Amino acid sequence: MRWVPVGLKAAVLAAAVALIVLIPQWAGEFRLGQFTYVGIYFVALLGLNILTGYNGQISLGHGAFMGIGAYAAAILILGRDGLSLAGTDPPGWLPEHGMRPIFVIPLAGLITGLIGYLFGLPALRLAGVSLALATFAVAVSLPLIAKHYETVTGGGGGVSLPLPTTPFGWDISTPHWLYYEAWTTAGILFVVAWLLVRGRVGRAWRAIRDGEVAAVSSGVSPAAYKTLAFAVSSAFAGVAGALFVIQVSYINPDTFPIGLSILLLASAVVGGLGSLSGVIFGALLLEFLPIYAQNPPVLDFSFSKQAPSVVFGVVLILIVLAAPGGVASLLRRGGRPVRLALARRGSGPSRLAKEE
Amino acid sequence: MPLLELRDVQARYGQIRALHGVTLLVEEGEIVALLGANGAGKTTTLRAVSGMVRRSGEILFDGRPIGRRAPDAIVRHGIAHVPEGRGLFAELSVWENLRMGAYVRGERRTLSAEAPRIFSYFPWIERRRNQQAGTLSGGEQQMLALARALVGRPRLLMLDEPSLGLAPTVVRELFRIVSELNAKDGLTVLVVEQNASIALEAAMRAYVLEVGKVAISGESDELRRHEGVRKSYLGY
Amino acid sequence: MLAFAWAEFFQQITSGLATGSIYASLALALVLIYRTTHVVNFAQGEMATFTTYIAWTLMNHGLTYWLAFVLTLLIAFAGGVGVERALIRPVEHRPEIVIVILTIGLLIVINGLTGWIWGADVKAVDSPFPNRSVDIAGVFISIQDIGTFCVCLVSVLVLWAFFRFTTLGLAMRSVAVNADASRLMGVRVGWMLALGWGLAAALGAIAGLMAAPTAFLDPNMMLVILVYAFAAAVLGGIDSPVGAIVGGLILGVAVNLLGRYVGGVGEELKLPTALAILLIVLLVRPAGLFGRVIVRRV
Repeated sequence: MRWVPVGLKAAVLAAAVALIVLIPQWAGEFRLGQFTYVGIYFVALLGLNILTGYNGQISLGHGAFMGIGAYAAAILILGRDGLSLAGTDPPGWLPEHGMRPIFVIPLAGLITGLIGYLFGLPALRLAGVSLALATFAVAVSLPLIAKHYETVTGGGGGVSLPLPTTPFGWDISTPHWLYYEAWTTAGILFVVAWLLVRGRVGRAWRAIRDGEVAAVSSGVSPAAYKTLAFAVSSAFAGVAGALFVIQVSYINPDTFPIGLSILLLASAVVGGLGSLSGVIFGALLLEFLPIYAQNPPVLDFSFSKQAPSVVFGVVLILIVLAAPGGVASLLRRGGRPVRLALARRGSGPSRLAKEE
Repeated sequence: MPLLELRDVQARYGQIRALHGVTLLVEEGEIVALLGANGAGKTTTLRAVSGMVRRSGEILFDGRPIGRRAPDAIVRHGIAHVPEGRGLFAELSVWENLRMGAYVRGERRTLSAEAPRIFSYFPWIERRRNQQAGTLSGGEQQMLALARALVGRPRLLMLDEPSLGLAPTVVRELFRIVSELNAKDGLTVLVVEQNASIALEAAMRAYVLEVGKVAISGESDELRRHEGVRKSYLGY
Repeated sequence: MLAFAWAEFFQQITSGLATGSIYASLALALVLIYRTTHVVNFAQGEMATFTTYIAWTLMNHGLTYWLAFVLTLLIAFAGGVGVERALIRPVEHRPEIVIVILTIGLLIVINGLTGWIWGADVKAVDSPFPNRSVDIAGVFISIQDIGTFCVCLVSVLVLWAFFRFTTLGLAMRSVAVNADASRLMGVRVGWMLALGWGLAAALGAIAGLMAAPTAFLDPNMMLVILVYAFAAAVLGGIDSPVGAIVGGLILGVAVNLLGRYVGGVGEELKLPTALAILLIVLLVRPAGLFGRVIVRRV
């Protein structure tokens, strides 16, 4: 438990929100696209943090759930007629016409959340490493399954979506629209996550993470909360997947490989497990590290495509060895002098708020 | 010079201090008992000697400091520690457990050389050498743990609560063997016991620990007459 | 008609045993590390790939196959020891999830390094076995398959002999059973763990070298094999060496037979189907075929 003055937290949050709102004013189209991806990863990592950080269930399959959400979204946006245009032979139980992307996003989240719940049920029998293995296996299997069931997914060739446009004829450029769509979703889901985590559900999750046996004796039913964690985190992943496929307008089985699940977990750890504020660092890392590791800004040099992996892995190992709480914990440690200074200046800490 | 000497030894488990300055000594050829209630620090004292717990203060074995050394080095000095709960390799056979007892001497021949002596004290071991150690009875397991400790020909044997969970006849037999080893082979013994009466019968001297420090010490006879010891540990 | 079908059936079984022995070797490596360090090494596959690339490099520099093989095993062993001492030892006492994430970090680094050093294009690794088949009672069995199976079998037997008959092997077994008690016997537990990682890395190198001729050497060669190896280890019981071997062989054969005889299971669905079977077995026997059930009373 760390105590941080409410004022400081609110100020930081306000600054972050302001920054997010204002970025489109300064950023060019390409940069804006990158920050849109940051928003998408932010949503995904919120979900992963809930499952692994707050509830202690290791998931190496988060990318697969993003994939499920993405495929669900693609199918719903295209509808049967769109899929047949793409050359596949879609089964009759799919809806005939496509839906607007903006409505598809929450729907994809719900579908993925349901699938996550169904996965969470047998997962109750697996603990710790077995669960990591099971999710790893699912993540490796999913592209293979997607390749196989061509009629629904378009098989190895994938499906293309119509290019995104700003809905309802609003007067915003499409890249701006996509950016705000992603970040508004991120904001809404951040609030949802925050409410869940600071309430009874979050406390139950943490109790289960820290000691399932002890949690049971406090009257917490692990089964219900663990499957809930799976459902919530997969729903978030599904939303992120939907946003992703809308952004890219294309999906094939290799869009969400096992590497993504691994990097998602790595980013969550480096950002800081069990800390909602760490999620933004993970998202930034996931988007920008591969770019800057390959082409460091100052050096006039281009490393091999594999350099990002090496750097990512090294960063992860260093964090695990030196700062297991991730960047968020480093900032907390580093922020102590600031907090102490603030505490001394005012008439003592005015209203202290429990952090996370 | 005492064989084992502890001077103001402190020990902790994480943040919790278990020993607050234990000072005691064991002369070569003695049997010394370490008594005290649950949580007094008896087990921790043995673990401090064998290096299994974070400790500070001076620990001298045969005049040489061992307070900073790792367990495997300490064992090589000739200290055998039979821990609480026996510490057997349950899934390994009786014979394999004994082989591990010989590990500290590092010679393959050790066990075959020591085997006759072991069998003379524990004849049943020869017949059951291939039995899985975890399937032995409680008494047999304790005997095996003792036998295993003896294979390495230690100079100091430390026993932690050997009587725990054993029937009185077995306990008496165990202490008889220990006394015989002490008398015939000059084995020095430091034994931790909750069963104070049997410990005081076998030992020449004893220390009583309370809350991580030595509270009372003296010859066994003295302690058996000591009012406080009688009331708290002997029950009369 | 009937005779023809049987021949093919046996062929599927023998080639299944060959791939199964590769899964078994890697699974055994996983179990070896799990029993001593109580950690699942997610990087085991990548370590195997890396060492296979080293073998490829040695062979490209003119070494004969078997010389490169032996040298690679030694290098792999040293690498495994090094990784344990440098990376795992500092976090030995931390919770399981932390060490798992560390091995995942290792997976990422090694995967990247492999691609960085050697490039992502596929490399051909020659098989030491001739590319012929032998006719045994009407069944054509590839020598490659026989060779693969024998190499894996021999390595497993050597390892078994090491654990059963040598003092060092006994010391390692004692560490796996009760690490604290073995400390009191004078065992340097840390180095035993390192030894375990070294042996596991060597086993992985063997698995990689046997897989390379057919699976083709690229940085991701062992990822799918790792999943099969995990499945085999879990199927057999994550703490059972015998289980890993049996699990690997069963999985190899089952996947082959499924792919050939069960309609609807195309090439792509082999792995998911194998995993589905694994799941069913686990629901019935959660500790695997040979594992020990740890009861958590709540």
